[in-house]
Amino acid sequence: MSGKRVVTLTINGDQTEVLCEPRQTLLEVLRNNLDFTGTKEGCSNGNCGACTVLMDGRPVVSCLVLAVEAEGAELRTIEGVACGSHLDEVQSAFLEGAALQCGICTPGFIVQTEALLAENPNPSEDDIRFYLAGNLCRCTGYDKIVRAVQAAAEKRQVARSV
Amino acid sequence: MAEYTWPSREATAVIGKEVDRLDGMAKATGAAKYTYDVNLKNQLIAVALGCPHAHCKITKLDVSAAEKTPGVVAVHIFEHAAVGREVEWEGELLAVVAAESEAAAKAGVAAIKLEYDELPVFVDDEDLAAAEKAGRTGKGGGKTELEREPGDDDDEDEFVEKEIARLLKESKYVVEGYYGIDAITHCCLEPHGSTVEWKDGKLLAYLSTQNVSGTDEGFANDLGITSSDVEVKCDYIGGGFGSKFAPDYWGVAAAKISKETGRPIKFLLSRDQELKIAGNRPSGYINVKIGADENGVLTVWDSVHWGTAGYKGGGVSQTVMPYVIRPKNYRRIATTVATNTAQSRAWRAPNHPQACAMSQTAIDDMAAKMGANSYDVFAANLRAGNVDSQHPDAANVYLAEMERCAELIDWKANWHPHGKGKAKGSIVDGLGMALHTWGGTANNSDCRLKVSPDGSVEAFCGSQDLGTGTRTVIAQVLAETFGLGIDQVRVNIGSSKYPASGASGGSTTVGGVCESHRRAGLDALDKLFELAAKELGVDAASLEAVGGKIRVKGSDKSIAWKKACTLLGMKPLEINASYKRGDVSTLSSSGVCGVQMAHVEVDKETGVIKVKKFVAVQDQGLVINPKTCKSQIYGAMIMGIAAALYERRITDPKSGAFVNAELADYKLARLGDIGELVVDLYEPESERQRGVIGNGEPPAISPKAAIANAVANALGVRVPVVPLTPKRVLDALAKA
Ligand code: FES
Ligand code: FES
Repeated sequence: MSGKRVVTLTINGDQTEVLCEPRQTLLEVLRNNLDFTGTKEGCSNGNCGACTVLMDGRPVVSCLVLAVEAEGAELRTIEGVACGSHLDEVQSAFLEGAALQCGICTPGFIVQTEALLAENPNPSEDDIRFYLAGNLCRCTGYDKIVRAVQAAAEKRQVARSV
Repeated sequence: MAEYTWPSREATAVIGKEVDRLDGMAKATGAAKYTYDVNLKNQLIAVALGCPHAHCKITKLDVSAAEKTPGVVAVHIFEHAAVGREVEWEGELLAVVAAESEAAAKAGVAAIKLEYDELPVFVDDEDLAAAEKAGRTGKGGGKTELEREPGDDDDEDEFVEKEIARLLKESKYVVEGYYGIDAITHCCLEPHGSTVEWKDGKLLAYLSTQNVSGTDEGFANDLGITSSDVEVKCDYIGGGFGSKFAPDYWGVAAAKISKETGRPIKFLLSRDQELKIAGNRPSGYINVKIGADENGVLTVWDSVHWGTAGYKGGGVSQTVMPYVIRPKNYRRIATTVATNTAQSRAWRAPNHPQACAMSQTAIDDMAAKMGANSYDVFAANLRAGNVDSQHPDAANVYLAEMERCAELIDWKANWHPHGKGKAKGSIVDGLGMALHTWGGTANNSDCRLKVSPDGSVEAFCGSQDLGTGTRTVIAQVLAETFGLGIDQVRVNIGSSKYPASGASGGSTTVGGVCESHRRAGLDALDKLFELAAKELGVDAASLEAVGGKIRVKGSDKSIAWKKACTLLGMKPLEINASYKRGDVSTLSSSGVCGVQMAHVEVDKETGVIKVKKFVAVQDQGLVINPKTCKSQIYGAMIMGIAAALYERRITDPKSGAFVNAELADYKLARLGDIGELVVDLYEPESERQRGVIGNGEPPAISPKAAIANAVANALGVRVPVVPLTPKRVLDALAKA
């Protein structure tokens, strides 16, 4: 189709070029053109947080960003959170703390938590509830998510102080 | 032949232990492929046009411009959307456009020209008089039970009227109430849909389903092929809650378009379509009069309830009323209301949450009227035998669970009579409770188990994991049976080509898969014991499998698991096991209780309610994995908080439009809305002995009634209909 553009961006450290239509959202391009399906879609209008990715370090809902707006950006998606086969502290805290059930909201929660902990390594319970309020989970206990974020923050602090 | 039993609590190494879910790693890294993550080479994306009006007659559906839209490859019109046909609810799919990209498919949909004549709409399910006037009501059945029989000369109807009037008159206390619970939707975060492709005349369908083994037939029937020509796959599913049991007509359409175009089709409902047509729970409203003695023990119940399950009418079954607390004398009548809304689907514990919210609110109002402690009134009814529950020892179990629950929420210290708490500014607090029951009989389940000469263990079963932990539970059962670690067992589920296993509905999965896999495991072990016994020169009956060995009980004599498996020779040992629903077994059972208590704060100025603490005590027989088991309960409590305080389908009375069918407006609980949650598993030996019982439904039943009762306790005023929105709270206060 005419009007397609090449967008160059870095995803989880790898520079990538992708041909996309100007009307395509970053979420659609990630999921359908590039097969980064770890980033989920819950609503496509910014209300569930399932599609959260880090764009130049900031969390964005990728359903509200056009792919062409990501030109030159550094993206971090859920696929780039683990280090090889090692889960990072946030991922393992979600897993061990039973903070996921069907798991479809989990990538969004984990990426948003990464942003929170980067900004505020020692968040209070209120900070956590506030920062993650844009993420929706239909089936698990949010309580467990708060505990998992606290556990991850603690683990990371300990790791840093050693 | 092996005797199929569970090991004792002391003897287990894996069962009853908090094991992390096996698929957690895939889910936490984004590697888990849900149906809507499946992208097949050369696939087309399908997008559908939904009917914009709740009741209309189609006069024109012209797709020629859509067909010419760049990128569009095929357009399919549904039979029910033919010119002249009537559509009875908003959102019903009329046509599907398959295109090279989602954007192109959406452009195609926008180019469809649809014309229709609007027809009268009725959606006000709460207003019984209006429904009657509009001719939208029907008989929903009923039942009367009275301890006194009519005399020979009595006219039956007249006797019933007189007897109920007498019982009410002779009651020490009488409460007359109105309560209700609005319709909600399933709102799965992964919408309904599939990605399908044909290969050599056979259909491969990646379907978001709770019914892997049962949906191949659904496709086959509608496509004129046999179910052996269909493979349904579902590795991960983003929510179902009772709404994903069939391929649905949109799944069949995807298969048809795929056949026609020769290309794979990915067709998922949009968010608003998901809410409008892919599943909702019937509403329920009730007028009830109850009488009780000086202790609050119910002497009589008389109710009429109504509600809607959609365009065909329906509603909450009369059979579950009055719920759990049921006096000897009662009359219950149900009326159905037909509305221009999509037909409901099973929703976690069909009928029970509504019945609980329509019944136990009245019990709590009885306590309020008496100035009594609600706990005592519930307990007095249980002691008096006013119980209808599926648990065989219900009254005792409820009482024990209540005691535990009350401890955890500190009921005694926090209790105050209704409306008599100390206010902090405009904030008042209150306690409420509710009881529930559910069956959960194990579903049919077949499995194939392979133990290889190299010691590996692999199982195959056409079940599914809704996030409930099916994979993990199967692995635990096999690991326990063979004395292995959980990582030494491979579990395969999620394909209709594996041995058939029942749909995941009604809390039947864990029972079913435990039955089949424990049986297969024990049968395999029998064979291995025979071989090992020869090798060790002992009697097979003296052997046990523990700690990676097959050993003589109470001695050091043993053979390592791997070595024992080499005795199989060249060929793996293959065992097929089968459990049929209803087969009597000590491995599984059915019938549970469950108690929940809520502590809330209500701001009388704003009407905003906050759940401070919410406690659930739940029995489910033998617990295989406390972690996944509790996780289910937490999830049910959150869903319950959402339905108690926020969630409902709002329809416009004039147009019938479902006006909040987007996540922006369909209010669900968020992280900040949830207070402290406490879950306690009730598993004394008497419960453990009953075997495994599923727990997906039971904890989802009580939250609405428990929270509504806590709010009534805080305010001293009943807010009759859930969700208890700030407006409803303020309206109730203004009326009081
Ligand atoms: S899909 Fe982007 S916020 Fe829901
Ligand atoms: S775990 Fe299912 S939506 Fe969050």
